[in-house]
Parts: sequence; structure tokens; C-alpha cells
Amino acid sequence: MLDWLTDPFASDLMRRALAEVLILALACGPLGVWVLLYRQSYAAESLSHAMLPGLVIAALVGAPLLLGAVGGVLAAAVAIALASRDERLGGDAAVAVAIAGLFGLGALLALSPDVPARLGELLFGDLLGVTGSDLVEAAVLAGGVAVALVLGHRRLALSVFDRTAAPSLGARPGRWELVLLVLLAICTAAAVRGLGNLLVVALILAPAAAALNLVARLPVALGLATALAGLAGTLGLLVSYHWEVAAGASVALAAVGVFALSLFAPAVRHP
Amino acid sequence: MRIADVAGGYAPGAEVLRGVTFALEPGTIAAVLGPNGGGKTTLFRALLGELAFRTGTVELDGRPAYVPQTDRTRLDFPVSALDVVLMGAYGRTPAWRRIARADRQAARAALGRVGLEDVARKRFGALSGGQRQRVLIARALLQDSRVLLLDEPLSGVDTASAVRIETVFDELRAEGRILLVATHDVEQARRWDRVVCLNGEQVAFGRPAEVLTTDVLRRTYGPELVVLAGGEQAVAVDHHRH
Repeated sequence: MLDWLTDPFASDLMRRALAEVLILALACGPLGVWVLLYRQSYAAESLSHAMLPGLVIAALVGAPLLLGAVGGVLAAAVAIALASRDERLGGDAAVAVAIAGLFGLGALLALSPDVPARLGELLFGDLLGVTGSDLVEAAVLAGGVAVALVLGHRRLALSVFDRTAAPSLGARPGRWELVLLVLLAICTAAAVRGLGNLLVVALILAPAAAALNLVARLPVALGLATALAGLAGTLGLLVSYHWEVAAGASVALAAVGVFALSLFAPAVRHP
Repeated sequence: MRIADVAGGYAPGAEVLRGVTFALEPGTIAAVLGPNGGGKTTLFRALLGELAFRTGTVELDGRPAYVPQTDRTRLDFPVSALDVVLMGAYGRTPAWRRIARADRQAARAALGRVGLEDVARKRFGALSGGQRQRVLIARALLQDSRVLLLDEPLSGVDTASAVRIETVFDELRAEGRILLVATHDVEQARRWDRVVCLNGEQVAFGRPAEVLTTDVLRRTYGPELVVLAGGEQAVAVDHHRH
């Protein structure tokens, strides 16, 4: 049994993949809890699609693709926040309008024959192809997200728990909603190389949803979500190695499996 | 606390409230009466400095504490009653510091003051409506503001909670604090020190015995007012919905 757990990580390739998913778990776990509490899971899913024009533009001008990813999702986060302020649109409609526009723009740009083939790899990730410099990039971005969440914990809590009283207690809800979307964008960009922007959504939302199903206090939920994200990442790699299936997809499915198991626990979220 | 000719609203040129002028001495409980949309919440937002457009003068001793109605909070949020009270210390605690031990002790004391020390670890959303309202008042106590703005704190709470809340009000008045309490209950307002009647503008201000006449209430509530038999008592009908 021990060999089953340790043998896969004998190679540098798998060790780097493990380091990548554990680094991402540090940001994805707690970020997912906040995304769910702010009821922004649709935005999380949509932001990954909005990355497309940024990636395509970066590819066309020869800039680093990671820079394009960051630019694309940041632009989408701001577009969603601005569209959400229009009271004629609901929250979901605002996200749909902003994301559909950006995705259409990306598709239009992607028709250019100058776009390199590597763009497709970035959209779906390549966990086993992660290099040392990729790890450094992910650590900087994911670490930054984790630190920002720790420092912003109280304001984020005030803004979502008691929106009407939050300003008198020292938090501006509109500002912190924007901060959360920006952090979501950065986390998505951090995961582009390893998990791909589409699969990372599972690592953000599923462990967080499981944690909120299992515990009743916020700090515990944040810690548990981080641990479950790391567990899902590790399990996914083990499954990928032993059953010779795609690593990124295995991690995503392991995260969803953790959430499915949490459904068997007694519900604690609602009074 | 002095307010002079305050007017304002949420868009330029569209005033929701105008002509508000009154002063309150320390150790005063003032009822804020008015129909839905009459400007009670707008007045509170003006006092909190959150109104998008405001004219006139507001003089306050520090930042007021605001106590919302309990159904404005997220009941599915994973926090205990004590966690909610501790939010009252967030504004004075740097993001990178733990909540001070003195504030933790003060939070427990505030919960005790509203009679809820036994439910400190209980999930906020699992408390009764009256208990949740008392927790939010305890949070305002931890803020230690000289002025407290309370939005219908006695609306729909159980009798035990109402008695405890009114006791805390009396204690806060004795400490020299100013309480502005939005309410639809005219009889409740009669028991306090001052009353401000609003209906898009200030209709009246003064001692309840002098202000709460049928004529003033009629101008404050319009068709929402029911005058009881004999014309000696008037009741404002609460059409409030959330």
C-alpha cells in the first residue's frame, strides 16, 4: 500500500506535478470558500472562458502567455463588476453579458493564422509538463492570493455577512466584491499552466463546497478546504499514474469525488 | 449631536429627505417615526456618511454604530454568536493583528449584557430572531460608539428579547449615549425622550407628549394612519415587507 502511494513520486516529473497541485491548493481551497459564500461560483466558471482573448492577444504580439491570461481575466473581472452595478441586469445576467462578449472577442482573434498551437495546451493544462519556472510563477501568484485572503479575511466576512452594516464596521462591500473577483482571476491565471483554466474551477469550488458541508465555522472551513484541495490534487495524481489517465482531469474528478463524499455527512450549513 | 438642514438622496437632484434639523443631548433615546420610504433609512445613511448626495451639517461625536434588522444578515454564514460580536472590533484592528484580548473579553461581556453568554459558541443562523437582534446590539456595544442607530430593533422579537433590549437601552442612556431608534410603534415612541417624525421631510421633532398628536401623525403617515374610536389614540399600520 505504501509503495502504491510513494512509487509515483519517485520521478522529478511527478514530484513537480505534486508541488504544483499543492501550491494551487493553498489558494484554491480558501478562495473557493469565499467564492461560494459570495455566491460567485458562476463567475468562477465564466472567468476561465474570459481568459481567451488575453491569451490570444499575448500569443499574437509575442508576449508571455501567462501575462495574457492575467490581463484577460482581470479585464473580465472588471467587466463583470461594472456590469453587475447595472440594476437592470441580475448578477448572473451581468456575468453572462460580460463573458459572452469577451469569449466572442477571443474566438474572433483566435481565427488569426498567426496564433500558435501552444494556446490549446494552455487552455487544457499540462500538469506533467510543469517546469521549475512554472512552479515559481504559480507559487508567486497563488501565494499572493493566499496572503491577500488572510489579510482581507475580516473585510470579506463583513461585506458578505452584513452588507448594510459593513460600512459602519469598516468594510466597503462593493470594493471587496471586486477584490474577490480579481483574486479569482489571479488564481485562475496561476493554474493555467498546470491544470488549465477550465479544470481549475473544480479545484476551486468542489473542496470548498465539501468543507462548507462538513463544518460550521469559517476559519475551520477555510483550513479544511485547503486540505481537501491538496488531498484531491494528490489523489488525482495517484489515480493518473496507476491507471494511466490524464493528470489534470484526474485531479478535477478527485475534487468532485471529495465533494460527493461530503454529501453523505450531516448538513451543517443551514440552521 | 446636531443636525442642521440635512437633505439628500441616492442620485443628484433626487432628494429622498430634506429639511431635517434637530439636536440631541447625551443620554437621550429618540424614536424615528415615519412610513416606509419616509426617509428613516436615508437619515441613518446620512448620519453614517454613506449617502451619495447630502447637503446640510451633521455634527457627531465619532462614528455611529449601526444595528440593522436581523433579516438583513446572511443566516447561512458560518459564524458563531461570539464571532458576530467580535466584528465590532474589526474597524480598530489592523488586518495583520489578532483581535486584542481586551476586545475578546469585551465581546463576551457584551453578550452577557444582552443575556446571551450561554449561546456564544452557537451558530448565529441557528438563534431565534430575538436572540440574533440581541447579538447585533452586542456587536454595536463592542464598537463603543457614543451614538447608536437602530433599525426597528424591537420589530418581531419575542417578549423576553424585547424586555432585555429595552433594559440595555436604559443602561446606554444612563451611560450618556445617544440612541436613534427607527420604529413603527407609536406607543413605544411615547416612552422615549424625543421623537423625530419623517415623511420625505421633517414633519416634527420634540418631546413625545408634545409631538405625537393625531395631526402630526396624520401628516407623518398619511393613509397608513388609523385613528381609534374617540380620536384620542392613533396607530400607524406597519406595511413593512422584506
